[in-house]
This record gives sequence, structure tokens and C-alpha cells, in this order.
Amino acid sequence: MKTKILLTLTAISFLFIFFIFYEGLNRSNIYTPDNVSNEKVPLFKVKVFDTDNEIISKEIFKNDIYYVFNIWASWCIPCRDEHPFLMELKKNKKIEIIGLNYKDKVKNAKNFLYELSNPYSLILSDTDGTIAIEWGAYGVPETFLIYNGNIIKKIIGPLNNNFFKEIEVIVK
Amino acid sequence: MKILNFLVIIIFSFSFNLSIANDKNLNIKITKNLRCLICQGQSVYDSDTEFANSLKLVVANKITEGMSEKEIYQFLKTKYGDWILYDPVLNQKTYILWLLPLLLFLIGGAIIFKNLKIKKN
Repeated sequence: MKTKILLTLTAISFLFIFFIFYEGLNRSNIYTPDNVSNEKVPLFKVKVFDTDNEIISKEIFKNDIYYVFNIWASWCIPCRDEHPFLMELKKNKKIEIIGLNYKDKVKNAKNFLYELSNPYSLILSDTDGTIAIEWGAYGVPETFLIYNGNIIKKIIGPLNNNFFKEIEVIVK
Repeated sequence: MKILNFLVIIIFSFSFNLSIANDKNLNIKITKNLRCLICQGQSVYDSDTEFANSLKLVVANKITEGMSEKEIYQFLKTKYGDWILYDPVLNQKTYILWLLPLLLFLIGGAIIFKNLKIKKN
């Protein structure tokens, strides 16, 4: 009787452990936070790209306009891949694109925009990466869709056709 | 008078150095408890990625601004979720993690206690 109980308990424990590991195998190891949408735009003070002027976030984002806030760098290869989508979004008159140049050299960033053209109506400079942290970003590229001071969509990684269409649908 | 001035300067510089040292220790303590989200199994303190280096700077700035350890954790949790902390908080998703060891300890203790009682009898 005792051995039977022990065997059943061992079998249950093994099944429990197997189930947990099996579940773990199917889960992605790339972590993304759950509640990224409908957050407020963070408050920060930042330098405008290639100037000594500083600007506060409240002065940048106005109501009733959709803003695409894009974190980019000239050294980031996926930023080149997403650039055509930003150029397409620039054509939409309901959208304003703000860029945050992340840990980059001014000369390299300028060359990047000269080569691929500039989709941004305003570029901000984040030389030490602390502004990106205020946005809850991991690195580059990352894109946020903002409306009335709220982040309504966060895209980790480069923009692609699906994300582009999604943004167009939201903005319509 | 000169001696008094000299003493004031020494005390002031000593307390200033002490506060810098305290801030540094707090920074190390906090960054050791933060998970580097883009590295595998490394804390922000141990990592040298762009993300970790920026996070170290943010933590240092927040300490200088006068934020407490708890407030800094809270700030980072709103940005990156609970996963950023190595020390998980007790909530709906983590209660098994916290209660299971205690439960196993109690069951084990009960078995040992029962066996000892049987042996004594």
C-alpha cells in the first residue's frame, strides 16, 4: 500500500515537472511587458539634434495629432530596413514623425539622413540612452504611436508592412 | 579661528565623501537586483550592453534626484514590468513561486515528525 502511494506521488511529481518544462519550451524567451499601451508620454527634457537647444516633452506632443516617435541610430542595421516605411508614413498628413537619435555621432546620423532622406519633423538627441529608458525602450529601433499624450501602440524592433498597415488603420 | 575653519572643512568634505559612497553602494545594490532584459541571465550591474549602461546611468540620476530604492524599483516596474526585478513581488502570477517551497517544507516536516513519532512508539 505504502509503495503504491509513493509510486503515485512520484509519477504525479514527474508529470508536474514535465508539464512545467513543456510549457516553458513553447514560450518565447523574448520578454515584452504586458501593459505597454495607453501609457502617458513620459516627462523629460532633451536636446534637439545638432543644436544646443533643450526642449520639454510637453512642448513636443500636442493634442489631436498622431505622433510616430521613432528611436533610431545610424549604426543600427534594422533602422535602414524600416526607413522606407517611415518615408511612407511621412506622406500621411495626420501623422507627425519625431525621431530620437540614440547614442550616435552627429556626423554619422547626418550622413544616414542625407543618404536615405529625412522622414522626421523634429529630431531629438539621446547621447547617453537615458531618454530611451524613460520610454521603456530596450534599444533601437523602437516606435511608439502617440495620440493626446497617450502611447497607444509600441513596436519593438523594425517597422514592417504589417505594423505600417496597422498604424494606417488606427490613424484613419 | 583658523583651526575651527579647518575642522569645518574637514567635517564637510568627510560627510560629502560619505554621501557619495552611500549613493554608490545603493546604486550597486539596485543594479544587482535589476535583470538585463536583453542579455541572458545577467544583472544590469554585471552587463556591459548599451541597455544596461544606460540603465545604470538612470539609476544614478534617480538616486541623485533623491528617489528611494523602492521608488526606483516602482519607476522601472511601470516601464518594463515586474520581470525587470530579480526579487519577484508576491502577486497573482507569483504566489505559487513563493508558497510552494513553504508548502513543501511543511509537508516534509510533517512526514519527518510522523516518522519520528512512529519510531518512538
